[in-house]
Amino acid sequence: MSSYEARFKVWRGDAEGGGLTDFTVEVNDGEVVLDIIHRLQATQAPDLAVRWNCKAGKCGSCSAEINGRPRLMCMTRMSVFDRSETITVTPLRAFPVVRDLVTDVGFNYQKAREVPAFVPPPGLGPGEYRMMQEDVDRSQEFRKCIECFLCQDVCHVVRDHEENKPVYAGPRFLMRVAELDMHPLDAAAETGLDRKRAAQDEHGLGYCNITKCCTEVCPEGIRITDNALIPLKERAVDRKYDPLVWLGSKIRRR
Amino acid sequence: MATGTEPQRDSGGVRAGTRAAITAPHLRTDRWWLAPAVTAAGLFAFVVYSTWRAFADAHYYAAPYVSPFYSPCLAENCRTMRAGPNADLFGGWWGISPAIIILIFPLGFRLTCYYYRKAYYRSFWASPPACAVAEPHRGYTGETRFPLILQNVHRYFFYAAILVAGVLTYDTVLSFRDTHYRWGHMGLGTLVFLVNIVLIWAYTISCHSCRHIVGGKLKHFSRHPVRYRAWQFVGRLNARHMQLAWASLLSVALADFYVYLVASGVFADPRFF
Repeated sequence: MSSYEARFKVWRGDAEGGGLTDFTVEVNDGEVVLDIIHRLQATQAPDLAVRWNCKAGKCGSCSAEINGRPRLMCMTRMSVFDRSETITVTPLRAFPVVRDLVTDVGFNYQKAREVPAFVPPPGLGPGEYRMMQEDVDRSQEFRKCIECFLCQDVCHVVRDHEENKPVYAGPRFLMRVAELDMHPLDAAAETGLDRKRAAQDEHGLGYCNITKCCTEVCPEGIRITDNALIPLKERAVDRKYDPLVWLGSKIRRR
Repeated sequence: MATGTEPQRDSGGVRAGTRAAITAPHLRTDRWWLAPAVTAAGLFAFVVYSTWRAFADAHYYAAPYVSPFYSPCLAENCRTMRAGPNADLFGGWWGISPAIIILIFPLGFRLTCYYYRKAYYRSFWASPPACAVAEPHRGYTGETRFPLILQNVHRYFFYAAILVAGVLTYDTVLSFRDTHYRWGHMGLGTLVFLVNIVLIWAYTISCHSCRHIVGGKLKHFSRHPVRYRAWQFVGRLNARHMQLAWASLLSVALADFYVYLVASGVFADPRFF
């Protein structure tokens, strides 16, 4: 087992200000960035704030930006970096900082509340739901989401434009709208809720310019853009911009 | 020790308000600029080449091959192509190159394509230039307003692209003739056309709008097994949409350039049989 001394720059501070602090720290074979942050806490910076939980890439807590790229610290192996490289770790840059590597991700919980929940089908009680596997495959891909909010962090619509936060749900929650709209038993339409139209009008789907950064950073490998956002855009086109589909649906309803 | 300790209260984006006080627009250390630079160079090269060829109005037919830029040829000033894609819909008033009439459709298809949108938003408009690299624009409304809201017409260009691909398929069939229009022959140009039409169809069918139309719009795949299979097939192609977009862009330019070389007399088409 070999070890070496790595150079780190870790952002330290709070909403009042802060900056990158230099550290030299021991790294052993097989370690990930979160291990190194924990070693810094144990040996050099006992008050370094960091949010973490499972250390297995499943809780979505240890999101940060490593060398400028949004990643999970527990899933970023030290072996991917050159030993002579200085590794920079900062908090997520799209959200307000609380302290050191911890940010306030409340924006995401607010957006989660704005998406209307699954509407149970009328006439079916608990335990009576029956669905074919091919009907739920699409939604199940989206259910892999661990809510690390890396996609929300990297999306330039809110990352680079704070003023868009009130009108844009972000990729994670547009994916939630898509998941519900594709759900074979969701009865939203029967209650007058048009999720396709709402995606455009209420959740800001039109702001997405499908540049795929959400897909690039997703630690679960969900093809957010191709399988959720673009299909949702096409569904919105059915409702709002395609006169032939609109006419066809009117005729069929009669 | 700590540097840059003052938060940038007045500026927007990653330097806004209560976010971590970091003055650098990004901290990426990899060559993030390479992909948008290569994309911009590739698209720019194609735009220059296709503009020259579209306006040239010459060297687009060398029996039995017709350039994909000029097919179908819809004006009176088109060269006569025996049993070829001539249809004088525009009559004699059309004075400039007939390629302009038809190129609107494949151009619109590619311009509104979900892959190309990503490509040019990143490489030409820097919105964003790369992931987690701050964009230089003060405001952003995405595709919510004119003119970018027009990107929503992509499916109509898809329908038009199907028709154009149909005509190019016909041209490929015609390329199995010799210079005297006798059937059952094949030259190097036939091979170029075959590769091109396969890539054109693969790119067209792999389109996200196509994926939606054949089955993606359904809520219950189990009630539509044929459309479900079609959706799965298109989905597999769709995963390669970017590669197919570039391959077909290159192949259509090469097919046109091949016709140009033969028509301008640079070399004679090598015949296989």
